[in-house]
Formats: sequence, structure tokens, C-alpha cells
Amino acid sequence: MLVRLKVFRFDPEKDGDPYYQDYEVQAEPTDRLLDCLNRIRWEQDPTLAFRMSCGHGVCGSDGMRINGVCGLACQKLVESFGLEVRVEPLPVFPVIKDLVVDLEPFFQRYHSIKPYLIALSSPPGHERRQSPEDIRPLEDAIRCILCACCTSSCPVSQDPQTADYVGPAALVRAFRYLFDSRDESTSERIAMLDRQDRVWGCRTLWKCTEVCPKEIPVTKLIGHIKRRIYETKRESNEGEIRHAPKDEAGNGSWGEDSEG
Amino acid sequence: MVLDHEILIVGAGLAGLRAAVEASETADVAVVSKVLPTRSHSGAAQGGITAALGNEEEDQWEWHFFDTVKGGDYLGDQDVIEIMVKDAPRAIYELEHMGVPFSRTRDGRIAQRNFGGHTKGYGREPVKRACYVADHTGRVVLDTLYDQAIGRHVRFYGECYVLSLVFDDGRCCGVVTYDLATGGLHFLRAKVVLLATGGCGKIYRTTSNGFSTTGEILNLTFKEGIPLQDMEFIQFHPTGLFPLGILVSEAARGEGGILRNDAGEPFMERYAPSIKDLAARDVVSRAILTEVRAGRGIGGKGYVHLDLTHLGERKITEKLWEITSFARIYLGLDAVSQPIPVAPTCHYLMGGIPTDGDGRVRADQTARTVPGLYAAGECACVSIHGANRLGCNSLLDLLVFGRRSGKAMKDEVAGVKTLLTGRDPTKPVRERLAALTDREGPEKAHAIRLEMQIVMTDYGSVFRTEGALRQGIDAILALKERFSRVMVTNRGTSFNYDLMETVELGHQLDLCEVILVSALNRRESRGAHFREDLPQRDDQNYLRHTLAFCATGGPRIAYKPVVLGRFQPAVRAY
Ligand SMILES: Cc1cc2nc3c(=O)[nH]c(=O)nc-3n(C[C@H](O)[C@H](O)[C@H](O)COP(=O)(O)OP(=O)(O)OC[C@H]3O[C@@H](n4cnc5c(N)ncnc54)[C@H](O)[C@@H]3O)c2cc1C
Ligand code: SF4
Ligand code: SF4
Ligand code: FES
Repeated sequence: MLVRLKVFRFDPEKDGDPYYQDYEVQAEPTDRLLDCLNRIRWEQDPTLAFRMSCGHGVCGSDGMRINGVCGLACQKLVESFGLEVRVEPLPVFPVIKDLVVDLEPFFQRYHSIKPYLIALSSPPGHERRQSPEDIRPLEDAIRCILCACCTSSCPVSQDPQTADYVGPAALVRAFRYLFDSRDESTSERIAMLDRQDRVWGCRTLWKCTEVCPKEIPVTKLIGHIKRRIYETKRESNEGEIRHAPKDEAGNGSWGEDSEG
Repeated sequence: MVLDHEILIVGAGLAGLRAAVEASETADVAVVSKVLPTRSHSGAAQGGITAALGNEEEDQWEWHFFDTVKGGDYLGDQDVIEIMVKDAPRAIYELEHMGVPFSRTRDGRIAQRNFGGHTKGYGREPVKRACYVADHTGRVVLDTLYDQAIGRHVRFYGECYVLSLVFDDGRCCGVVTYDLATGGLHFLRAKVVLLATGGCGKIYRTTSNGFSTTGEILNLTFKEGIPLQDMEFIQFHPTGLFPLGILVSEAARGEGGILRNDAGEPFMERYAPSIKDLAARDVVSRAILTEVRAGRGIGGKGYVHLDLTHLGERKITEKLWEITSFARIYLGLDAVSQPIPVAPTCHYLMGGIPTDGDGRVRADQTARTVPGLYAAGECACVSIHGANRLGCNSLLDLLVFGRRSGKAMKDEVAGVKTLLTGRDPTKPVRERLAALTDREGPEKAHAIRLEMQIVMTDYGSVFRTEGALRQGIDAILALKERFSRVMVTNRGTSFNYDLMETVELGHQLDLCEVILVSALNRRESRGAHFREDLPQRDDQNYLRHTLAFCATGGPRIAYKPVVLGRFQPAVRAY
């Protein structure tokens, strides 16, 4: 079948403003959008720029906005979008060229939440023990491939007023270490996350969860961090709790339980 | 621009990252990668990492040793295999201490699963030896090591392609990189350089390897006069998702999945009566294609079924989430209730840049090494895997020899001072690129690449014959000739993938020739190299490693002995 792609183009070397370019490619219904983009670049227009590496949804390279929704080009089949598709770079991040965005700010925020195990006691000569029940809560979070689709889709990250928000991807990784039974820096992590530009920046809008290509219940995990902070503070009776557990609608949800 | 570091590592997969973590304890380390570091192909590894921990049942490193030697059809060097299998438990515990969230047993130890060719009692029955994180082990280990490297202030140069190795008086002293974002060329100068650039699966049409797995660094060393070892040994993994070739990990069979032909028969019982579906990969791949040739593929077509339907939903979603998501996304089928169509897919390069057990690159058949140059991971040939790699032994190889290289480099740099001065090594690279962009010509890189992939698949994959290999070599030579008239139409400086893919293609074509010529000269069948015209293993003449050297008129082939030891070559049956 013949597929029409409307592709966002911008080359800082020669374009004052971005524009959209139309392409037509022959494709099978089971071809990936990534196959279509490759066909354009290989057969029609070698100047089109987009990232890719694994081709099957495990490396996180080809996050882009597909018909307005962030996703991986290697996971979207032609049959899922029909004869016409609009392809744009991920929002939130500055465009370098065409569909390639600058992910430096994304990785900087990711690094800011200390994404590594902090264990102060010296390890035993073998593995530390951890039960399957200890591991289970982490199972969703460790599927994250750092594709940035969630952070790009988050209305809080998109809003220039709150652009310093660390974003859902970093919080997923923060969750992974906060809830790892081997980590010994829980109180530091809680103090680090208990900020308006960290976990309390999330207004439980579910956009991240809707787009995550690895089906991670992102909002729910952020909700678990919020509850953990809330409960820790309540137990220690540490004065006033700054942030009430309210979502946008003000109905007191942590985002943990419903799927939105 | 010239940038200085003590240690320069090319490649941010597990081999490069493990070396970086080790070396950065005392030295200034930089890592260069042509993709953003976390996009490296190690992240695609699914099934696990082997170590005889004995957490699930009795296991011994001696059994692991034997299985690796036999799996490689006796071509692996036993001195280095012994180093690896003995070091394996430590390597796993170390990952656990760094934070890898391994799947666990009921009593809280690292869980282990079955994998092809791993047995107890020297081949008696399958053993649970592979440590895993569900079916996305590589991804999680990659993230953990990357985070460790960041914590240790390793400097990363992402989206920078290494286009040339720089030597000063025979000593490697850095690389020239092409910065994808700006098109700028830089000289990264260092006291030692480690190559950890992975395999070259993309020269075949159907492969489990990602787009960046093109192997140009192998050809850069080859062109510098360094030999390539055992390049005829290319592994085809039996279960690529048909028709895409995306990997369905052996973990699926390790957890109990069964291969069936059109009649529903579990045919591996006929080919490997003792361990059936868990036989070594070369054996299973040939079995599948033999079924297909006999008309017993599904509906007479080129694939068979991988049946997981008896495993139950819980086990499948808990342990094989990624695999089932691939089947759902790309084929629209539910692996809990429907069998998965599979066929062999190009997966792994057993050969590569010859090294010693500390990653030092070997210059020839002797013990001589190339000063300043190291290699580790899939691009290197230590040789652990011989003629066929066992599942989950690659990640172990990356971790053990990545670390050993890191250690050797940090010890070495303390005593190295001399650095190249005077000459500008970016100049010849700039001229080579200009030759590609300034040329007007009728040929397109894409068309040549497609033909190359078809040629390699038709003439140089699971089954080989002298006639087919000769035809393949002629076809590749013709493509090389066409490549000399290729034109790069994109002349921009930012994210010019057209230019980089054309550079890669030039190297790929040279590698194809090395692979086919090495295969033509090995007049026997061993492991993944199966000659239909010479189906027997010939220890008398070919219990030797192939070394291909760059020469005018095509690769020159030489041989060097295999390091034997505890296990003498015996009949290899499963
Ligand atoms: C789908 C799949 C599943 C697998 N599963 C398993 C498993 O379960 N267990 C197991 O043991 N093995 C498995 N393997 C094999 C194993 O994953 C690979 O052999 C291994 O990851 C290779 O790692 P590496 O560090 O050598 O290189 P890679 O991870 O491939 O990394 C190569 C690096 O080199 C860089 N690079 C390459 N060329 C250049 C250049 N010219 N300039 C700059 N940088 C460059 C790349 O950017 C990248 O950072 C699997 C392989 C595949 C494909
Ligand atoms: S749930 Fe929170 S993080 Fe997710 S999109 Fe909404 S505000 Fe952003
Ligand atoms: S949480 Fe999901 S969407 Fe966000 S970076 Fe990770 S994989 Fe991508
Ligand atoms: S190319 Fe790797 S996630 Fe799409």
C-alpha cells in the first residue's frame, strides 16, 4: 500500500523555520514506521535525520511524535495508523535536526536523582539476599529504556513555567532505587525527592503512563514515591507536611490505584 | 581539535563499560560511541549470564569449562576458557553488588535457568546455569554499568564515529572521530586504546543485530596489518521471529518451550536425543533448516513453530515478558495461546581481533602484541567460543575480559609517556571523506548494501559449499567495484547518516570477503561452519585457528594452533 508521511523538517544550517515535507512510500501493513522512514532516507531523501539502533523497542533511540502521540517508530506498524501519518520530533527538548532532539537535558535530570545503588555496608563474598517478593515491585520500573517519551508527553514538563520539573523518566529510576531492598540511603533519597521540582511536580495527569512503550505504570510508581514520603514524614511527625496528596481535580488521589 | 585522555575506550556496550568502570579507579578514562551510550546493542541481550553458582542445583566450573569447549567444537583456547569459567561467580556477585536486580530463588539467591549446551556431569543432562533479569538482562546490566561509570566521572563522547586508528612508531596512540552532530573531525589522543565495538551482524539480510552493528572497526585493524581470527564462524541463532529476525531468546526453550514442525512433531528429539531443544545453537539451526528443506516447515514455508503454550500465562508474563511483547507487537499473536513462527537469524561473530587473556591485541601467530592496543567483547577473539558460542557465555566474556583489559590498561598507563606530536592525523580522514562527498557517480550505497546482505545470506550462512562460497566471493568483488563509483548525495554537516552509512558499507564489503575467503579455506565442518561438501570435522588438518591478513589481491590466510588442555577433542553429539 502507499503511505503518506508528513514529516517535520528543520536544518539549522539552512532553514530559518521548521516546515513539513510530504513523502510517499510503498509499505506492507506489517512494516514498522521505522521501515518507512528508512525507505525515505535510503531511496528518496538522504538528508532526513532520525535516530535508530535496535529496531525492536529495546534501545530507546527512536522516540518521536507520531500523529501527535509520543512513541517508538520501531514499534508502530503501518496498519496501526492507516494511509497517512504525521511524524514530528519529541516535544520539550530542543530540535537539533529534523526528528533528532538534544537529549542532554534529559540525561542530566536522570543523573540528578542518583541512579545507582547506595550500599554503605561492605558486600558479602556472595550475593546479597533478596526474595522474589522484594524484587517484584521493581519489575515494571526496570523495563525502562530511557526513551524520553513519557517526559516529552508530560504537561508539567511541557509548561515553560515548570520546566525545571525532573520528569517522569527520572522518577521511574528514582522509584527503582528507593524501593530496592538493598539500598541503604532511603532517607537521603526521600529528602532528595521531596521537592516541588521533583516528585511533587507531578500532577497525576497520566499522560506518561498512556505513552510508555514498555507499558510501565509510570504515574502509579510516582504515586508510590509520594505515599512513601508522606508516610515517612507522618511516622516521624516531622512537623508540617508540605504537600497534600491531591491531584489536579483535587480529589486526593496518589495515582497509585486506578489506571487513569 | 585534539583531546587528551589516558585511556580511550571505543564502544559503550558491556565490554567497554566494564573496562571503563575498572580503569577509572586510577586513570582518566573516556568512552567513545557512535550511538548514545545507553543505545548500545548489549542492551538487547535477553536471556542471561552464565556462572556455575549452583543456586538451583549442583553445578561445577569444570562442567561449565567442558560445555564451553565442546560447544565450540574444540576450537576454543582452553587456557582462557578456564580463566573465564573460574572467574564467573565473582563477576556475577560483583554485578549484584553494583545493583543489578537479578531475578531470585525462593530463598533469596540469584535465580538460574537452563540454556542451550549447558549441562551437568559433562553432558549428562541440562543444568540451570544462566543468571538473569527476566528476559531483559542486557538492558538492566547496561544501565547499571553506565550509571556506575557516570558515578566515576568517566567522560562519554556519544554519537562520535571512530574512522581511523592512529599509530606512532607502531604504538596505538589514539583515534580520529567524526562528530555526528557537527561533522567535525577530532583527534582523541590516549596512552592506550581499547576496542569494544561489538559484532557485524548487519552484513546479513536477516539478523538479530541492530542497525549500528556494522563492524567497521574490525576492518580498520585489518587494514593496519592486524589479522582477523576465525572469521568464518558466524553464529545463526535458531529462533529469530519470522520473518523479521528479531531474537526470541533461548530462554524460551530454557523455560520449557519446544520447537515443532508442520506436523506438530517436537523434531529436536531426532537431532539431539539427550538434550533435545537445548542442544548447541549450530545444531538446532541446522535441524530447523533441514526440516524446512524436507518440506516440513509450517505450511511448507521457511519457518517452524516455537511452542510456549504449555508453560502457562504466569510463567510467560513473569519470565518472558519482552519476548511475548515482540510477538504481540510485530505479529499480533498471543504467545500464551499461540505458537511463535521462528527461523534462524544471524546473531553473533565468534571470530574477531585476536587478543591474549588481558585484551592485548596480537600482531600475528606469535606471542607478539600491538603496543597500546587492546580489544574486548564481541569484536575480540580471545578465543573463548571457538567454532560456536554457547548461550549466555557472551555477556560473561564481556564482563570477565572487559574487566581484565581495564585492569591491564590502568597498570600499563602508569609507565607510558610518549604521545604523538607534530603530525595531524585528521587530514587523511578528511581527504577520504571528501573523496566520497565530492564524487559524482551512478551508484547508491543502499542498493549495494541490500545486494551484499542477500549475497551473504545466500552463499555464506548456515549451509556452505565450495561452489557457493566462490560465487559469493565473486559477487562481493563485483559489489566492491561498484562501491568505488558510489555517490553520497547528502553533503550536510549535521546528522549526515548517509555519509556514515556509506563509510560503514565500504568496511562491510571488505569484511564479507574476509569471511568468505576464511570459510572457503577451511575444508571441513566444525561448529557454525558447516560445509555440505565436507561434512566431517578434520582435526588432523583444521584443529587450528584461521588468521586472515590484509594483502594485495585479497586476504592471505594463515593458521595457528589451538591451545588444548584438560579436554581432548572427542565426538560432539548432544
Ligand atoms: C538480541 C540479542 C540478544 C542477546 N542475548 C544474549 C544473552 O542473553 N546472553 C549473552 O551472553 N549474550 C547475548 N547476546 C550477545 C551479546 O549481547 C553481545 O555479544 C554483546 O552484547 C556485545 O557487546 P559488546 O560490548 O562487545 O558490544 P556492543 O554492546 O554491541 O556495543 C558496541 C559499541 O561499540 C560502539 N561502536 C561500534 N563501532 C563504532 C565506531 N566505529 N565508532 C564508535 N563507536 C563504535 C557502539 O556505539 C556501541 O557502543 C545477545 C545478542 C543479541 C543481538
Ligand atoms: S502523571 Fe505526573 S509525570 Fe505523568 S504526565 Fe502526569 S504530571 Fe507528568
Ligand atoms: S518510563 Fe517508559 S516512556 Fe519513560 S523513558 Fe522509560 S520506557 Fe520511555
Ligand atoms: S530503534 Fe531501538 S527502541 Fe526503536
